[in-house]
Order: sequence, then structure tokens, then C-alpha cells
Amino acid sequence: MIKNLVAGLLGLLFGFGLIIANMTNPSKVLAFLDVSGEWDPSLAIVMASALITLAAIQRLMELSPEIQTSCDGVKQGIDRKLLIGSAIFGIGWGLSGICPGPALVGLSSGLPAILVFIGAMFVGFVIFNRFHQR
Amino acid sequence: MTDITILSAALGGVIIGLAAGLLLLTHKRVAGISGIASGLLLPWNAESGWRLWFVLGLIASAALYRITVGEIAINLDAPLAVLAVAGLLVGYGSRLGGGCTSGHGVCGIARLSMRSIVATLVFMLTAGVTVYIYRHVL
Repeated sequence: MIKNLVAGLLGLLFGFGLIIANMTNPSKVLAFLDVSGEWDPSLAIVMASALITLAAIQRLMELSPEIQTSCDGVKQGIDRKLLIGSAIFGIGWGLSGICPGPALVGLSSGLPAILVFIGAMFVGFVIFNRFHQR
Repeated sequence: MTDITILSAALGGVIIGLAAGLLLLTHKRVAGISGIASGLLLPWNAESGWRLWFVLGLIASAALYRITVGEIAINLDAPLAVLAVAGLLVGYGSRLGGGCTSGHGVCGIARLSMRSIVATLVFMLTAGVTVYIYRHVL
């Protein structure tokens, strides 16, 4: 139970990060992806500061031997699924300016556009499960 | 682009990294949103509980922000049909590719995973080309 509560709080924190970084605004994301015209590097700054922070935390975790850092089940090697899947994901992201995190954070806005996107995203998950796994 | 935008981008990034780091510390799980969200589909397993709570936290964050801080801008002018196609591609593609912007782009690169670095380069490239074609060619 306490673990679930912590997960809820971390979801809240993650969402606040996306909102403060303005990544919940699709036009801001598209302004990064559109390299012609007036380019907005915000998304790169968000990613860089997020991964530097995370890398620092991981380094601290490695330094304390009582904390286990290995994540089992992380795949190795570059295969066709990785390349094709990422390419497809990028096309969808470019069409909308929305990826899964900002979509879920945007749900409470009640905007039909966000609801349609989330619904379609879950259909995409189901199609994947149907044809590839489980 | 203003200085404030740079500052809020950097601050938001730190918070995202902190949340991902704490999830790794407390749950030994990577904060990949596509994986967490798709894990809510049936049948449920031992991982589903914390995933549901994490997603509920994500959803609640915007409501809490609106109450405590203020409005959240969501500017979106794509037609609903385009968004439906986009959502489908994002859902299917992120699962096939094993991650999205958070799982590969932040968590994977922070681990220096070659898979994630390649995945991020690929989806950045196809997203950029898509935006270019959609906005400037069509």
C-alpha cells in the first residue's frame, strides 16, 4: 500500500515537472520538432536537465552498495522492432506534438482532442499486445 | 524564446529526473510512461497496482496545478482525425520500440543504453521529418 502511495506521489511529481517545463503544450513540442523557421530548443533543455538529474541519482545509488540498482528485463541490442517502432512513434509524435506522459497529464483538461488521442493510444497498445505479446 | 522559458524548461527537467530517480530508488522500475500506461490493460499482474497509482498521480497533477498555481496552456490545432491516427501510431510504435520520450529519451539515455540512444535519434528524426512535411509540404 505504501509503495502504491509513493508511486502516486511520484506520478504527481512527474506531472508537475512536465507542466512546469511546458511539455504539456503540444505547440511547444512542435516548435522544437520544427527545425525550419523559429526553432525552440526548450524540449532539448528539458531532456538534458532531466537525464543529468537522473544520471546523478543513479550515480549516488551505485555508490551505496545496499541499494540494488540493476533492472532485470532491460533488453539488449538493437533490432528491427526497436527501429521500426521508434520510427512509427516519431511519426505519431510529429503529427500531434503529444507523447504518452503529456497526454495523460492533459486528460483532466477534458479537451476532446486529448481524449481522442488517449483512446487511440490505448487502441495502439491493444493492437501491439494482440499481435506481438501475451 | 525568453529567459523564463529556459529556466522553466530546466527546472521542469530537474523535477522529471527527480521523479524518475525516486521511482528507480523506491520501485526499481524505469519511469517509461508508455510501458506504465499500457500495463494498465488487462490481465493485471503484480506490477499493475503501482502503475495505476502512478498514472492517477500523473492525471491528478494537472488538476492540482490548476487549483494551486494557475492555467495550463494546451494549444492544439490538429483535426481530431489526425490526432486519432497520431495516438494510434504513438501507442503501437512506443510498445514495438520498447519505449517513448520518457523511457528511451530520458531514462535510457541516462543509463547510456545504446538501444535508447538509437531509439531517441530515430523518433526525433521521423518526428522532425513528419512536422516538416505536415507543415511545409502538404
